[in-house]
Amino acid sequence: MTTLERVVGLVGRLGAPVVDAAVGLGAATRFFLSVLAASTSCLRRPRLVVRELYFIGVLSLAIILVSALFVGMVLGLQMYDTLVRFGSEDIVGMVVALALVRELGPVLSALLISSRAGSAVTAEIGLMKATEQLSAMEMMAVPPVARVVAPRFWAGVLAVPLLTAIFDVVGIFGGWLVAVPLLGVDDGTFWSQMRAAVDFRLDVVNGLIKSLWFGVAILFIAVHQGFHAEPTAEGVSRATTRTVVRSALVVLGLDFVLTAFMFRGFEGMG
Amino acid sequence: MADDLVVVRGVTFAYEERPVLFDVDMAIPRGKVVAIMGLSGCGKTTLLRLIGGQLKPQRGDVLVDGLSVPSLGEEALYRLRRRMGMLFQMGALFTDLTVYENVAFQMREHTDLPEPLIRDLVLMKLHAVGLRGAWHLRPAELSGGMARRVALARAIALDPMLILYDEPFAGLDPISLAVIGRLIRTLNDALGATSVVVTHDVQESLKVVDYVYLMSEGRVIFSGDVAAVHASRDPYVRQFVDGRPDGPVPFHYPAPPWQEMLDHDYA
Ligand SMILES: Nc1ncnc2c1ncn2[C@@H]1O[C@H](COP(=O)(O)OP(=O)(O)OP(=O)(O)O)[C@@H](O)[C@H]1O
Ligand SMILES: [Mg+2]
Repeated sequence: MTTLERVVGLVGRLGAPVVDAAVGLGAATRFFLSVLAASTSCLRRPRLVVRELYFIGVLSLAIILVSALFVGMVLGLQMYDTLVRFGSEDIVGMVVALALVRELGPVLSALLISSRAGSAVTAEIGLMKATEQLSAMEMMAVPPVARVVAPRFWAGVLAVPLLTAIFDVVGIFGGWLVAVPLLGVDDGTFWSQMRAAVDFRLDVVNGLIKSLWFGVAILFIAVHQGFHAEPTAEGVSRATTRTVVRSALVVLGLDFVLTAFMFRGFEGMG
Repeated sequence: MADDLVVVRGVTFAYEERPVLFDVDMAIPRGKVVAIMGLSGCGKTTLLRLIGGQLKPQRGDVLVDGLSVPSLGEEALYRLRRRMGMLFQMGALFTDLTVYENVAFQMREHTDLPEPLIRDLVLMKLHAVGLRGAWHLRPAELSGGMARRVALARAIALDPMLILYDEPFAGLDPISLAVIGRLIRTLNDALGATSVVVTHDVQESLKVVDYVYLMSEGRVIFSGDVAAVHASRDPYVRQFVDGRPDGPVPFHYPAPPWQEMLDHDYA
């Protein structure tokens, strides 16, 4: 084999996945636009969204509550343990709140919701496809993207920030539970330090904006995987797995990007 | 031509690499019940999907009520589909809805009918298939035959002009079989509709249909009215109608010779 042939072969091998990825991204973008275009159905019939909001929200509520409580409690313990060495255990409330509101709340909620509800959305849509329910809907002149996909997408996009807000609140309560009644930090100081340090616009709102983007990413991955799942049992199972894995990667990557924009950008300007 | 509701003209179709239909010609006259028969895998479901616009032929054209289905835009296609009803081979009932809601689905999606009127219509459709009492069940709670009857009630919910039935008789007990057979006929005549019935059930369908297309391996090999089927001396037709294993119609999926397959390593 000549060097040229080897180089051509190598370029081909490197190029094929790149081309595949580009084609996949293009198809995903087109699907995303079609979901947006079909979303007027959700405005005309908000009931469809409310129904899905109930399923996605209630599905994830228990796991959000329990996880948030434990994350908050562990955070309280760890922070107290470190801060008490410098005699600054008073600010444990502030540290717990900042960590939760800025990072842990949005990211952990997103990961939990994608594995609890995102996977369920993928499996449900995939099974509807495998059992020809989506075909039947098309034949009844009801576009499945408008009737099945868009309501789930928007319900999830709404649910993620709502659940994140709940996560933040319950997490802070968990931190308080450990710090104040258990470890004896002063109740008044716990809250006043927190209130002094946590900025509503820069910390709370930015955290929720992040979670809104996470919601868009997670739910888009979930509906995309479900709608394009191979219509067989294995196909749906593979799609469900892909939803969980890809959501996790995208959420973590997106978190870095959004954080860089929000916090660094702000400090650099100031 | 104006009295044919569906015209299939020179249609050739392949799923990716696998050719399924070869130069198929068919005409479904208005107001008639037409059966498409043929062995498993000969392309009957594929043909229905082409008529419904879910697949596009590689060559040829499909006309429904004068409109060329493959070249319709999305909106026009959806408008046409509102006048079609399709019974899916697997039923394809919406598993998150009850029997009642399944039948009411299109009425709620496409009409502004008041709820009491929808109720009357749904119960009438369910009564026609003998399942008025099962209105509250979920599809998972139905037997295969019951699910098919509900799917039938759903297919006729909006009184379509063209009803496509994919295997309406499969999995039915003898009584349901006779009732559904008669129902297809009555509905067709009462609604002034046109029906295409894909089926293997020769005896039952010959009792209710007007015209028969017989397919084999993606080609139309016979067409004629019921009398012509009974009178036919064609060995294909005789074999199919009498259900004999030996004859010109291949029962086996194309396969290499036995010896070659026995020597093959399947591990
Ligand atoms: N989605 C698909 N992709 C690839 N090949 C397919 C697909 N669907 C069907 N086929 C092939 O096309 C051929 C015709 O299938 P079709 O479903 O139209 O048969 P049919 O006449 O309806 O059979 P049956 O009576 O068993 O329902 C079959 O050989 C099948 O293997
Ligand atoms: Mg079939």
